[in-house]
Amino acid sequence: MAVQLFVTCLVNSFFPEVGEATVEVLEKAGQTVEFPADQTCCGQPAFNVGLRGDARKMAVHTLDVLDATEGPIVLPSGSCADMIVHHIPELMVDDPERSAQARRVAGRTRELSEFLVDDLDVKTVGPGCGECSVAYHPSCHGLRNLNLRAQAEGLLDQAPGVTRVDLPDAENCCGFGGLFSVDMPDVSVAMMETKLKNVESSGADVLVGGDVSCLMHLGGGLHRRKSHIVVKHFVEILAGHYERDHGA
Amino acid sequence: MAPEPITFLGRVKRDRASGVVTPVAEAARRMSSYRVAASNDFPLMEQMRDRAREIRLHTLANLDRYLAQFASQVEANGGHVHWAADGDEANAIITEIAQANEVKSVVKSKSMVTEEIELNEALEQVGISVVESDLGEFIVQLSNDKPSHIIAPVLHKTRYDIGELFADKLDAPYTTDPSQLTEIARSHLRREFLTADMGISGCNMGIADSGTVVLVTNEGNGRLTTTAPRIHVTVMGMERIVPSFADASAVLEVLARAGTGQRLSVYTNLVSGPRRHGDPDGPDAFHVVILDNGRSRTLSGSEAEILACIRCGACLNICPVYREVGGHAYGFTYPGPIGAVVTPALKGLDEWHELPYASTLCGACVEACPVRIDIPKMLLTLRSKAVDDGHLPGWLTFAVGRYASAATHPRQFRVLLKAGGVVGSMMAKDGWITKAPSHGANWTGARDLPQPAKTPFHARWKQRHGS
Repeated sequence: MAVQLFVTCLVNSFFPEVGEATVEVLEKAGQTVEFPADQTCCGQPAFNVGLRGDARKMAVHTLDVLDATEGPIVLPSGSCADMIVHHIPELMVDDPERSAQARRVAGRTRELSEFLVDDLDVKTVGPGCGECSVAYHPSCHGLRNLNLRAQAEGLLDQAPGVTRVDLPDAENCCGFGGLFSVDMPDVSVAMMETKLKNVESSGADVLVGGDVSCLMHLGGGLHRRKSHIVVKHFVEILAGHYERDHGA
Repeated sequence: MAPEPITFLGRVKRDRASGVVTPVAEAARRMSSYRVAASNDFPLMEQMRDRAREIRLHTLANLDRYLAQFASQVEANGGHVHWAADGDEANAIITEIAQANEVKSVVKSKSMVTEEIELNEALEQVGISVVESDLGEFIVQLSNDKPSHIIAPVLHKTRYDIGELFADKLDAPYTTDPSQLTEIARSHLRREFLTADMGISGCNMGIADSGTVVLVTNEGNGRLTTTAPRIHVTVMGMERIVPSFADASAVLEVLARAGTGQRLSVYTNLVSGPRRHGDPDGPDAFHVVILDNGRSRTLSGSEAEILACIRCGACLNICPVYREVGGHAYGFTYPGPIGAVVTPALKGLDEWHELPYASTLCGACVEACPVRIDIPKMLLTLRSKAVDDGHLPGWLTFAVGRYASAATHPRQFRVLLKAGGVVGSMMAKDGWITKAPSHGANWTGARDLPQPAKTPFHARWKQRHGS
């Protein structure tokens, strides 16, 4: 059965290469990938800021698009997976039909590393990188609400050429927080500075994560500092895109 | 002194600029590491957390019954019970007790609930002197400051700050040695204990079936406060009840471990009424003031579970926001994640609607909370209430509304992404936007923004697959 790729709005708009790497890695793992064309946004930004009416509209649209398909729904994002698995069902709790639909969709939904490791039992995914030192930041929603960390770290450890270094205080939030990043920019940036100090002290060349949202925030901070460290989604490392992009 | 800034972000700016928050992150991190070590060292920790949670939730669900039982037991033990609907009532009751007994001086052990009702100010207004006997609170009082943490009031101060303060205010020789500083405070406070007419304490737990007040301290000031003066008044938030001694001991198993990483605090005082015939010490009179101050309303609402809090401070210590902004930014007695819920719950969203937004919803607090209170869930509920009450900034409401509308019309959405790519490429240089207009500047103030893709993923997919 084909895998349904829910690429997330941020990958769609800012980081399409992460979507492409996801397709490559899934195909390499023997999967047929389909892309439900009418997908947009799961509604998380609205939900987290308290705009439940808007969140519900987007969630309903997402449910309708995904429920019309079959097979596992895979996302390259722990945060959006958490939204579909946990929060959309909460939002629909007053509507029995939508609620049943939300549970159906939630039951099929997997974050990418979870799908590769826990469901497919993938052990190695090449080509990795020629030689790179990576620090892994486990983003909060995946870490705490979906129990994700070991999966992506394990895949990185198996990938050729990748040396994973320890990131101090790895489980401390990076300060992105969705609209928090622009609603309380001073606090968001202060948290980012703390995270980046740890990233810089880790000695890594690449900061790797499983959520492009946090990576956009941290990568934007690194670029502003003119740091040599770049950010990548773990699937880009697995697909060999770091090497391609850096001509290493 | 400059007036208190009225917004959370204003206070954040003030405290980061003044350097008040500088010591907070490291101290909070250290306290978190003590919690983790103590939890790992106790094989039953997870079970005891479940047990403590169950006890707290059961108590809240039957609070009226247990409160009535507690009150009648206190009275059976020879104590007096007073019910206060709010802070003013509580302060009036305590002032009256003091005046009726010709109290001139009061010594206090650490109590957040008396901070909540500003009891010290009320007593001082009628000419009664008040001395805080907890070392941290004593320092707060001497420096005319506010606590920044619920169990470590001067987490924001260094020993250098305290050395200067003692030299200045107590005419003590300047030292930065913690044990010498403690000795200076100790000799100063000893006199206060022996001369005070009244002792006022908080209450960690009230045991319903025996009318016992449980006080947890590390300095022994709690037991001096409750035994040396001739009158003892306990001020208790109405949710501080547990049904029995067995339940209290289950909560104690997790309280100190979560708060300071101790198996048990140095002192656990059990106060069951005034001095009885033959007792070597103790007060002649014992009063318990039970405070509502918004708690009944909270109990009947969607934030009821926040009342299960046992005030250990673990959520403050682990919170990445608290570590950056310190406790004063939260603007009220209870800072950190617990404060972000309990302050708007007790005092309403009109004045406190910013606090639920002072979080990334990272969930570290739930993981640390010994009674597993789902703080992020309550923050989300409070945010939706804040929206209903019209507190969300207009630009955010507008932007999200437009986005939601596009996201429910796939064709529009695809046009929006395409337009984003075009506009982005006009604004970007070498793939990065360094100065975004309007509220985008909130992002680009300190971070660059990657250029939106010229060809979004959906278009790339279509190019390759044709559909």
